[in-house]
Amino acid sequence: MANFLFRRRSVSSLSPAQMVVSYLLLGIWALVVLFPLYWLFITSFKLPVDVNNGPFYLPYVDFKPSLHAWQYILVGDLSIDTMRNYINTAIVAPISAGLALLLGTGAAYGLTRFRYQPRLGAILVFIGCLALAIFAITLGVPWQIALIASGAVFIILLQTIGRRFKRSLANNDIAFWLISQRMLPPVAVVIPIYVLFQRLGQLDTRTALVITYLAVNLPIVIWLMRDYFQSIPLELEECAAIDGASRYRTFWSIVLPLAVPGLVATFLFVLVFAWNEYLLALFLSGAKSQTLPLTVAAQNATRGPQWWYMSVLILIMIIPVIVIAIALERYIARGLLVGAVKG
Amino acid sequence: MGVGQEFQNLPRSQAGLETAGRLKGWPQRLNGYLERRAGNVFVLPAVFVVLLLSIFPLIISLYLSLSHFKFVKGGFQIKFAGLANYRKLLFGSEKTHFLGKWANPSPVGWLVFAIVVALAVWGLVSYIRSHQHSVGGLIGRVLSVVFLSSIAWLVVHTLSPAGRPGTVMVTLIYVFVDLVIQYSLGLGLALLCTQRLPGRRFFRVIFLLPMMITPVGIAYTFRMMTDTVMGPFKPIWQALGLAMFSWVNIPWGARAAVMIGDIWQWTPFMFIVLLAALEGQSVELFEAALVDGANRWQIFWRITFPQILPVSTTLVLIRMIEAFKIVDLPNVLTNGGPGTATESLTLQSYISWRSLDLGGSAAIAYMLLFLVTFVGMTYVTLLRRRVAEV
Repeated sequence: MANFLFRRRSVSSLSPAQMVVSYLLLGIWALVVLFPLYWLFITSFKLPVDVNNGPFYLPYVDFKPSLHAWQYILVGDLSIDTMRNYINTAIVAPISAGLALLLGTGAAYGLTRFRYQPRLGAILVFIGCLALAIFAITLGVPWQIALIASGAVFIILLQTIGRRFKRSLANNDIAFWLISQRMLPPVAVVIPIYVLFQRLGQLDTRTALVITYLAVNLPIVIWLMRDYFQSIPLELEECAAIDGASRYRTFWSIVLPLAVPGLVATFLFVLVFAWNEYLLALFLSGAKSQTLPLTVAAQNATRGPQWWYMSVLILIMIIPVIVIAIALERYIARGLLVGAVKG
Repeated sequence: MGVGQEFQNLPRSQAGLETAGRLKGWPQRLNGYLERRAGNVFVLPAVFVVLLLSIFPLIISLYLSLSHFKFVKGGFQIKFAGLANYRKLLFGSEKTHFLGKWANPSPVGWLVFAIVVALAVWGLVSYIRSHQHSVGGLIGRVLSVVFLSSIAWLVVHTLSPAGRPGTVMVTLIYVFVDLVIQYSLGLGLALLCTQRLPGRRFFRVIFLLPMMITPVGIAYTFRMMTDTVMGPFKPIWQALGLAMFSWVNIPWGARAAVMIGDIWQWTPFMFIVLLAALEGQSVELFEAALVDGANRWQIFWRITFPQILPVSTTLVLIRMIEAFKIVDLPNVLTNGGPGTATESLTLQSYISWRSLDLGGSAAIAYMLLFLVTFVGMTYVTLLRRRVAEV
């Protein structure tokens, strides 16, 4: 018997005993993953009294399921708030993810197929002028004047000093700089962004959130897509070029179709990030442009945590993402792996 | 990058230009111009966005962190204050909050500290003696050694029985404990899933789910889970006689709860990438080793692990960068409490902002930026580069 248990049929297949152990371990982790989700699910059908009177595990056996929380959130008192925030999230997340993908893919393509040589001197002059403008504005100079003046100084310096520096940056430097923005903790930049949007009168709008998420997500798009483009051979593009296709046409109808797996994985990654983002939304949105994570967080209101409503909100928030994730599961691993191998 | 260069010299751009030249008229001329400027058209939008929303705010944040910010009638007032905000964090009234309460470490603590410093110095000495050093590399490594030693100093002083970790230490604990557990669990699960088991696709999809869920939702779900009065594990607590004792209300329990939430969410990320890496490794080596009679343990350490090491180091780097930003979980799950026991740096910064201390908030954010940069750079120079060379 024991002999049978530990015998393998071929070198790389498993013996029955090993198989049982593997299934057991996988099953335990599946339980760890699924149990909180199950608990969330049944809590959304519980009456407050069922939640407070100790744990009940099985609907219809331990407690009688009720739709009261779903009703309250979807058609009752909270429905207007929920719907508004749901629509906000449903608009902000895809648009910002789409824009990030558009700009990031363009930049990643440019960085793998063109050669850039920005002069170091020009960049230093630019940063100096930017700092000067900011300093002038904080000293009380009107921002229009400060911008024009620093722009003029920038052009003058560029023509005189900027050209003397021969050192220039290469593609790798630009890519590193763009990608390293991901290291930036959002909290380090959010206060100035808050002030910026306040000055522009865009605080508490979806535009502000879209633009901010775009900036936060660009580095990761560039990172993943750059490596993806490097893994695509050049021959096809060369053929297209000889046939007289323009750069944009080559990019649009030859390179992009080849990069679809990477694009899908990257888009999903960025979309999920924007869908779930909490900190930046906390700073930048008020009542009008609130997104779902804030709605969920706000349920811990004056009467103590309302688990039943919270569960419904969390569920309606995660269902779309989970559906997309399951549908696109194959792309995720492939798309992410390329980035990790080369990164 | 050399590839792009070759591509530049192709006859293609001339072909494009000729067509543009033959057909006169402004749309064609615009086309020709765009064609010549294609490189800039591709890159500049992204560069512009990053400049506007990362670099520009970063400069302003630096300025804010060096000043006192005060709301006055009809607006606000910013007064330059030098390093006052930083001094407050490192030596002044916020020191116990930020760095923690220091206490004399135990002999074991001193031993750990001595070992870390000795290792760091030894690394530096061997670098100097390797005849391959440059000035930049030397300065970077000296800074790394100083930084590592001060982190070790902080660790042994705040984690000793009488001490109390501050937000820096709590953030570091989150990052390192989470990384180690997530990586080990992710690797273990990935190894299990590469075996030819029927139904493994089901497990793969299931394991992916937590990654997609909003951290705020996870925080609330785990608040339900950890509740000892009405949570699902109440029978277990009762059996242990702990029903009346809420373990989330003691500092280490609360930190553990935050870490469990984070591990639950991010193990899938490690899992999915490691799985893809494992499936991409060469089968021949593996089978050859099996035929030669190597056991699974040997195969793992000698063949599998070296193959996935480069992916692993990048993966850990990505997660490390993200893990330093942790804020949603402690904020929602424990509100930073009990006291300030679970506050991460980002949360502390947010709380300062909420109490309108914008200068202090920016200073904390900058300290976090330094910390992330230093840990990231040290990690890259000490480990990743060495692995990449192998």
